[in-house]
Amino acid sequence: MRIAVLLKSVPDLIEDIPIDEESGEILYDEMSYIPSEWDDQALEEALLIKEESGAEVTAITVDTGESDTMLFTALAKGADHGVKLVGDFDPSLPNRQRAHIFSQYLGPQSFDLVLSGVQAIDDIDGQIPGLVAGILGWPHASVVTEVRAHDNRVIFRQEYAGGLVAEIKVSTPAVIGVQAARKPPRYASIAKVRQIAKSSQLEEVEMSIQEVPSLEILRFYKPIASGHAEMIDGDVDEAVDRIIEILQEHNLMRG
Amino acid sequence: MQKAKAIELDVAVVDGVELSGSWNRMFEPRAISEYDIAVLDETTAIPGAESLGYCYQCGKCTAVCPVDTVGDYSPRKIFRRTQLGVSLVDSPDLWLCTTCRNCLRVCPKEVNMIQIMPAVRERAVLDGKAPDELLTAFENTARYGNPIGESPRKRAEWAKTAGVMVPVMAQKKSPVDVLWFVECYPAYHPRGKQASVALARLLNALNVDFGILGNEEKCAGDSQRMAGERGLFEMLAEHNIKMLSKYTFNHIVVTDPHAYNAFLHEYPKLGGDWPVQHYTQYLAERLSALSFVRSIPRRITFHDPCYLGRHNGEYDAPRRLLTALPGVELVEMGHCRETSYCCGGGGGGMWLDSFTRDYTSERLSEKRVREAIEYGADILAVTCPYEVPRFEDAVKSTGNAGKLAVMDIAELLAYSVGLTDEYAAN
Repeated sequence: MRIAVLLKSVPDLIEDIPIDEESGEILYDEMSYIPSEWDDQALEEALLIKEESGAEVTAITVDTGESDTMLFTALAKGADHGVKLVGDFDPSLPNRQRAHIFSQYLGPQSFDLVLSGVQAIDDIDGQIPGLVAGILGWPHASVVTEVRAHDNRVIFRQEYAGGLVAEIKVSTPAVIGVQAARKPPRYASIAKVRQIAKSSQLEEVEMSIQEVPSLEILRFYKPIASGHAEMIDGDVDEAVDRIIEILQEHNLMRG
Repeated sequence: MQKAKAIELDVAVVDGVELSGSWNRMFEPRAISEYDIAVLDETTAIPGAESLGYCYQCGKCTAVCPVDTVGDYSPRKIFRRTQLGVSLVDSPDLWLCTTCRNCLRVCPKEVNMIQIMPAVRERAVLDGKAPDELLTAFENTARYGNPIGESPRKRAEWAKTAGVMVPVMAQKKSPVDVLWFVECYPAYHPRGKQASVALARLLNALNVDFGILGNEEKCAGDSQRMAGERGLFEMLAEHNIKMLSKYTFNHIVVTDPHAYNAFLHEYPKLGGDWPVQHYTQYLAERLSALSFVRSIPRRITFHDPCYLGRHNGEYDAPRRLLTALPGVELVEMGHCRETSYCCGGGGGGMWLDSFTRDYTSERLSEKRVREAIEYGADILAVTCPYEVPRFEDAVKSTGNAGKLAVMDIAELLAYSVGLTDEYAAN
């Protein structure tokens, strides 16, 4: 079984998001990036399938600037190939275009299963797996928690409201958006990542941008706080007095 | 396999000499050599872990191992369990050692846990068997240059609160005498930052021509190396050496004994060879230039950091500074100097608190704080950045809040010289 895992890097929220206040645009060049945590889950699930029933795992990303370490880390964890789809792309690349770039590459390849994270923090639309499946005309499911592969059948789970779980079967090829892997993503030791970076080659494939219907972001801005919580200072007695006062103000005291 | 059988003879003849009595069994195969030692062989085959096989079970290490006082653990026990077939790679024992070096100090066979632990841990990390919380610290360090997971762009933020100039080398653009390697906890931890501010003021008061790397500095990485991530250590060391090599300075002064250890023994192997001093050594040489204006009429005891004392032999510099403080009565705890206890933070212990809790009756820091209180100390003086947070937490968790203050030596000095207004946080 050949599995493709679609990866993406997202802004690292350890740093403040830099916004140009006049234009309301995000300053993408000033941010640092980390692998999207849901894509990490998808990669882990692919590696678990590989260990369980044998598979060849290819990690693929659209290169928007910081791809190499992410792909080398995927190789260090156990992926067999790393593919970088290169072109004139930056981190603001809309998902619809991103999906076309992935599909353009995936189409002629003979992958049986495509896994990707269910969504990413910088788009929240969760459309990559669905769009890729639509463009390729393959079956698709998303918000999936457990994927197992048997011959040419893939069985996975979805969780519904009311504590109901569905076990679903799909024939390959298929595209699945992974919510969570069965185990937490594994750690790749730095020594291994460094050794892989020295000894392995990433495959680079030149891709072009396709015009797609698009949305226009008017501005990014930080929400304005309408009120603040009151922090109650002082020793126990003072704090208790203040709490009683607040409860009385709101008519929440009895007797 | 053949089972052990009674091998004691009433009389044995060895090389023509007649030996009677029970001790003649020493000349016969002993029960402990009749185990299947495949697992032991597997462990001692790991480069660096060879000396585990030298153990002859005398138990001297057990008597001095700090972890054994709060749990069922010591190097002797590790050897015995490995001999019995419990793989160290899979055992929780592997993560309990704080690499305090007290066992190596007394071991007649030089079973070297300082080499065994990082070697076997490296194997466990590669096999995906390291505790999650440790891996989080590794990932943070790889990504942000500090184990705490703070923004690398804010590494020099503390300097803005120093109230004195703390030149950053990239902006200073001229040579300095002293390159101060600040390290992570002194740069990010709230209490660590207070000690950094104190040290910055002391350096200014001494008119020291110094600079820091600021955001170009990353964790020195020594504890990550001891915790089994040698690759991460090398990546950090290469980065720091590259940054340091951009600038001209005469010597390095470090806040952190773990960084001191790295700069003294490990960085030179990777091409980073500079004279280095711990800040207590640097200040002790300049004591006469400090004028003390405030008395600290308190009983102070000092906790020797493992990586300044046992690892690198410096016991006197911190004591010279403490005894110079007017008003101070310095009392030594039973565990001091070479026999000092351990705060529990070394060798990755700093990032294994939850893991360790399942295998120990209390934290090493809690035991140490109880000892300081037994000796009637008002202040526990420390000089390793791991220790202020560890001991302050321990003071609270042992129900001793308000009875013992934990202070970095730099904080005590800065107060006494009149550079800061407070010397006791609580």
